[in-house]
Amino acid sequence: MKPFEYLRAADRGTARRDAAMPAAAYIAGGTNLLDLMKLEVMQPERLVDINRLDMKSVETTGEGGLRIGALVTNSDLAAHETVIADYPLLSRALLAGASGQLRNKATTGGNLLQRTRCYYFYDTAMACNKRDPGSGCAAIGGATRLHAILGASAQCIATHPSDMAVAMLALDAEVEIEEESGETRRIPLREFHTLPGDTPHIETVLPQGALITAVHLPAPAGGTQIYRKVRDRASYAFALVSIAARVTLEDGKIAQVALAFGGVAHKPWRDPEVEKALIGKAPSRALFDTAADILLADARGQGDNDFKIPLVRRTLRAVLTEATGGAG
Amino acid sequence: MTAHMKMDSPDERNRLDHMAQGSVGAPLDRPEGKLKVSGRATYANEDHPEGTLHGVLVRAPVGAGKVRDVGRADVMALEGVRAVITDPRLLRNPAQGTADAAPIQGCDEIAYLGQPVALVVAESFEQARHGAQALRLTIDGGAAAIDPEADDAEIERPEKKQSSQGDLDSAMSQAAYTVDQTYHTAPNSSAAMEPHASVARWDGDMLELRGSYQMLNYNINELADSLGIDAEQIHLLSPYVGGGFGSKLGIAPEAVAAAIAAKELGVPVSVAMTRQQVFEATMRRSETRQRVRLAADAEGKLTGIGHEARVSQLPGESFSEPVTQATPFLYAGAHRVIGHEIARVNRTCAGSVRAPGEAVGLAVLEVAMDELSEAAGIDPVELRLRNIPERDPTKDIPFSSHVLAQALTEGAERFGWSERSKRPGTVREGEWMIGMGMASAVRSNIMQEAAARVTLQPGGRAVVETDMTDIGTGTYAVLTQIASEMLGLPMDRVETRLGDSAFPRGSGSGGSWGAGSNGTSVFLACEELRRQIAGRIGCDEAEMTLKDGTVTAGNVRRDLSELLDTPLSAVGQGEPGDTYKSHRQATYGSYFAEVAVNSVTGETRVRRMLGVFGAGRILNPKTARSQCIGGMTFGIGIALTEEIVHDMRDGHVVNRDLAEYHLPVNADVPQIDVMLLDERDPYSNPLQAKGIGELGICGAAGAIGNAIYNACGVRVRSFPMTLDTILEGLGD
Amino acid sequence: MDTTLKINGEERVLQADPRTSLLDALRHHLGLTGSKKGCDHGQCGACTVIVNGRRINSCLTLACMHDGDEITTVEGLGTPEALSPMQQAFVTHDGYQCGYCTPGQICSATAMLEEVAQGWPSHASADLSGGMELTDAEISERMSGNLCRCAAYPNIVDAIRDAAGKGER
Repeated sequence: MKPFEYLRAADRGTARRDAAMPAAAYIAGGTNLLDLMKLEVMQPERLVDINRLDMKSVETTGEGGLRIGALVTNSDLAAHETVIADYPLLSRALLAGASGQLRNKATTGGNLLQRTRCYYFYDTAMACNKRDPGSGCAAIGGATRLHAILGASAQCIATHPSDMAVAMLALDAEVEIEEESGETRRIPLREFHTLPGDTPHIETVLPQGALITAVHLPAPAGGTQIYRKVRDRASYAFALVSIAARVTLEDGKIAQVALAFGGVAHKPWRDPEVEKALIGKAPSRALFDTAADILLADARGQGDNDFKIPLVRRTLRAVLTEATGGAG
Repeated sequence: MTAHMKMDSPDERNRLDHMAQGSVGAPLDRPEGKLKVSGRATYANEDHPEGTLHGVLVRAPVGAGKVRDVGRADVMALEGVRAVITDPRLLRNPAQGTADAAPIQGCDEIAYLGQPVALVVAESFEQARHGAQALRLTIDGGAAAIDPEADDAEIERPEKKQSSQGDLDSAMSQAAYTVDQTYHTAPNSSAAMEPHASVARWDGDMLELRGSYQMLNYNINELADSLGIDAEQIHLLSPYVGGGFGSKLGIAPEAVAAAIAAKELGVPVSVAMTRQQVFEATMRRSETRQRVRLAADAEGKLTGIGHEARVSQLPGESFSEPVTQATPFLYAGAHRVIGHEIARVNRTCAGSVRAPGEAVGLAVLEVAMDELSEAAGIDPVELRLRNIPERDPTKDIPFSSHVLAQALTEGAERFGWSERSKRPGTVREGEWMIGMGMASAVRSNIMQEAAARVTLQPGGRAVVETDMTDIGTGTYAVLTQIASEMLGLPMDRVETRLGDSAFPRGSGSGGSWGAGSNGTSVFLACEELRRQIAGRIGCDEAEMTLKDGTVTAGNVRRDLSELLDTPLSAVGQGEPGDTYKSHRQATYGSYFAEVAVNSVTGETRVRRMLGVFGAGRILNPKTARSQCIGGMTFGIGIALTEEIVHDMRDGHVVNRDLAEYHLPVNADVPQIDVMLLDERDPYSNPLQAKGIGELGICGAAGAIGNAIYNACGVRVRSFPMTLDTILEGLGD
Repeated sequence: MDTTLKINGEERVLQADPRTSLLDALRHHLGLTGSKKGCDHGQCGACTVIVNGRRINSCLTLACMHDGDEITTVEGLGTPEALSPMQQAFVTHDGYQCGYCTPGQICSATAMLEEVAQGWPSHASADLSGGMELTDAEISERMSGNLCRCAAYPNIVDAIRDAAGKGER
């Protein structure tokens, strides 16, 4: 861990001012940032501690939705009665992530900014375009069990590790940010994370120095909600594949559907074409297979992770079957 | 006074059965337990004398080459950095268990990625860690051999590790049923929870080193040899060891580095490995490739067994995973081939990981037996019962004791084995496919030379002292119990002191020999003390009863403390003898597992597991049971989750942390049932007790693999059986 | 920099490099070595302490971020002479072997029971809205952030069930 300057922010304005330099980083829960700083994968020269800022509440919005403060911990969010009642898949996703101890520290804002678990990103002796742009990607041709099957590039095949973000994507969440200038705006979560392309070191559209202040969930859309996570042990492991599903049936047909996928791409993945193919149709195994075909049309394994393609197909089928009452 | 005994003949006296205190065999709490649960037990890196500096090891970033320069000046200029050590005495890798001498030294020749090449010492841990990361090495690259299966791999076939009897090929061709399959097991890590750490301080030419080590009796010589000093100049301390499982058998790079730095700087130096370094720079269990051939007649009686393995190891290391260790004597069969190949590769050093050999070798053999049972249409338990030999079929000597049949029969009964569906893939609960599997357990029993001192103090308290360690195995408990039993003192009047090289040399913790070997030395010392007590009241030792601090003999009844005006001390010393050669000594058992395999994802959950074990006299059923549960959980790891992944381009350990090397977590482990068969093995030692620390892992993974097959009909021939390996065989 | 920590009821002032983790501060600056370092990356749970009533990994937080916080370590839960009920249950059920993960297990378990009392659901809960029974599956899931390589898990579950007043199996 490189030496850094530690500043504790008393209010948002001070925090933004203190963070207005490229080598500064906000620290909230710190569960991923400190992990990476110890390995010198991340090397901020200044840490702005935002834990004392007033961003810890969950409030109902005028639109009937929910505004979740950026510092609300994963534990508090998972146990929040409105989340449990109206957005249960979010609660399920949070509870499927990490451990009790980590959920007590990890925050809503920080979780959206989690870095990949790619082994090569974590190892400073290895080439990584994400850690060190232009150095190459040692993961390609290496051990790729964790890696992407969708949306990867020749520069990066990493995956996003979050469970929470996958659930929020299926819930059409928006990220509220405060820019360096103090201006507040909302970014739809589906636009928040980026694909690696030629710039894998850029992972979100969050501008330099901007602060995530909250996440907004729209008014509850109801439906059957499922979060299913497939992993290498029963608990305390990152997803190989995860699926967040929200499905509403009307007259035996799928009226609304939202599907988000974790562990498959550089960002939580959502494919409107898949949902379009399902809407208005009666659930059936053939329909679910068609949805999987669309989702996986461009899927490509890296060797070790080839199994994720059939795994996503099978899991999607099971999730849709369960969400539509076993019709598959 | 020293009481010495060589185990040349069986000890049928069963003396512990005739003592009165009732400590041995009772499920007593660990005497050190209160210290452990309150955070007061002090492990290696927890006693820092004033002014202790912190050292952090630097890793080689390539798999082969020569270090030309370490860029010392830049790092020395960093705040707080006091030294960059590149001493030729630094260790390339830890010593192998019982090496008793330094391992390969010199860190400028790189033999594997992750090898320690320097130590950065600074005033604080944070400064040292950054200094180690900032060091810029200049390396002349070399060529690394990575793949043990490569066509041009350097392969050794040591003659003494090959054997054959009869004619296996013709047995195979004449057999009614055969199995001929090749299996793979992944490399594993001990991953003890306490990373290797040492704190070194010098007083003139005397070194005191607190470390996390299993075998001080060997470690002291390994450290002395590494440093070029005499063992008499070293005081080693390991009173509490946060797990070992083989990874702390031999002196490791951090100890030597700490000692060198402390000498050079004239102040105490602490060096703790990071978790990543533990994965890279301590020991791994080698991956294995195993070909198993089984030939059986129409009744399922084995006529031939072939077991040939390839493992890997660094150049220059003598250890190689003894995969086939149990194959010569577990099952009958006249025709037998044992083969062993070692591929020399530039990967992390291979060494002992809990039950080297059987942990993976027996797991595979037991899957092959399951395949034979399937082929022959004979129940797996019955197949094994039909193949228990009368005598060691290779050496043609009798067994010292043998409870495999009992373990199989009673285990099957207790588990409800008869409920198992004979047809795979036929029991379902929703998405889950349910199946049962079983396997035999066997582990060779070993006795090592060991000594201990027992002192009776005037107040009627006893102190047991040996440099033996307790790595979680229950040494504190069982040695205290033996002294308590023999001397007739309540447990709280006996104090056991361990892990101090100033005490008599014990056996060290390894090979499951700790309780038997060191228990014998405590037993012998106590027998001597009993003779002295008997002498003081003028009776025959055997007719004297000691209980609750009271001596009773005939009409005489005295308080023990009245007989002691000065401390009474005796050293007991035991060593193995002829009973080793005259009889095959081993422990036996059986496993039964019920698993659920998810038909959608291929995920496996162990729902129930039973282990039945016979290991001679059970000294403490509570700690013995814990050892068995621990071993079986290792088995769950081997079967389902644990795999060191090596990058096939440079050999490095890719998943070098506890997030990606998947130890089983609490949710992976069901309530495990353990049944201990109480037996007496007079050939093992005067306690009639055998080792149990590793028995619970030997073959356990095979039972789970067999249960997976029974659940879903997919025969996976590689461990771990992660969901992708199962998914391949599942129908759509 | 100076940080004031209220540890086990006692106010302590720490002067340390801002890089110092709460774990290293406890172990190497404040003489409280009960909390253990197993991985230093939040992947094993051996460093678990209770901060302001909640269990966290002390390795993944900086000491300087905790100015004014109330911290309970294993030393604060009980002493060898006066063990807490959870500590005693671990001894009785042999919920440990080498003992290295144990302080973290015990801090974790102690705080976990409070989470259950507050009705927090878990991944193992069939119903998210509380009222869950403290089954073995619930205990195991909630304790899965604490690795134990000696693998005392079944005994740990027994100890926690006992300490929670749920009696024997």
